[in-house]
Amino acid sequence: MEWIYNPWPWYIGGPMIALVLFLLLFFGKSFGMSSNLRTLCTICGAGKTTAFFNFDWKKQQWNLLVSLGAIIGGALATQYMTSDDAVAIHPDTVTKLKELQIESAGTAYLPTELFSLEALMDPKVILVLAVGGFLVGFGARYAGGCTSGHAISGLSNLQLVSLYAVIGFFIGGLFMNHLLLPYIL
Amino acid sequence: MYKSEAASWFRIYEMFQFKSFHMYGIIGSALALGILMIQLIKRYKIKSAFGEPIEIPDKAKSFYRYAYGGIIFGLGWGLAGACPGPIFTLIGAGFYPILIVLFFAVLGTWVYGLIADKLPH
Repeated sequence: MEWIYNPWPWYIGGPMIALVLFLLLFFGKSFGMSSNLRTLCTICGAGKTTAFFNFDWKKQQWNLLVSLGAIIGGALATQYMTSDDAVAIHPDTVTKLKELQIESAGTAYLPTELFSLEALMDPKVILVLAVGGFLVGFGARYAGGCTSGHAISGLSNLQLVSLYAVIGFFIGGLFMNHLLLPYIL
Repeated sequence: MYKSEAASWFRIYEMFQFKSFHMYGIIGSALALGILMIQLIKRYKIKSAFGEPIEIPDKAKSFYRYAYGGIIFGLGWGLAGACPGPIFTLIGAGFYPILIVLFFAVLGTWVYGLIADKLPH
């Protein structure tokens, strides 16, 4: 039973994502997590501000359930299925992150320099999380989907436009990772 | 998501550093199975649980919205280290600062909706 407590390899995680895609298609739905962000806008009353949010959000309840499932999955995984949540990243990556003052590299699941309650005392950290979140939400809707909607669902259905989007994800991600992050962290 | 470490900021950072196969393995194997699955569904006209044909709508044809939107999303992905799915997983795992990311992701979606007709699509 030891394998449950250890990190799961990619050849378990990847096929499980494909299974989620299959189950959603089989029940006549689609796999796209960022649509929930739009639904949350509508629930908060954004339909009054622009027609983009004027839709019957109750028809999207199933997708909110998928995100609720993700929340429950995250809780079960940390509470009952993990003995040590340190992520064993490549030693070169650890060295590089330590140079950027991310000392928790190699010993934690998320960098405590960004994702601990103490870190939130630093306004810069709040700004990083806020800007990151804003770009994710804005970009996902502009591109009509995120990693699940384009890189998994769209590419699986051989949609050329999803390839444009995924290439865009990597242009943006590489630019942030190599050119901007060293100055931000 | 959590157990395969796809929700870890470190894994996303490492993916963009090309230092590990892990994330490419996850996305690649999900994608390979996904392509196979959808081809089988189309070829054998597999019906959904409710007996209806499974229809997967094509995405709208365009270039600019996917390129610009994709790059903006990528910048956020590289910074916050989480895309919309793992944001929910991390809330459940008790990393509460991710709620800031979620709040601003919803805000970003709303701002997109407000200015969508002024953007090139």
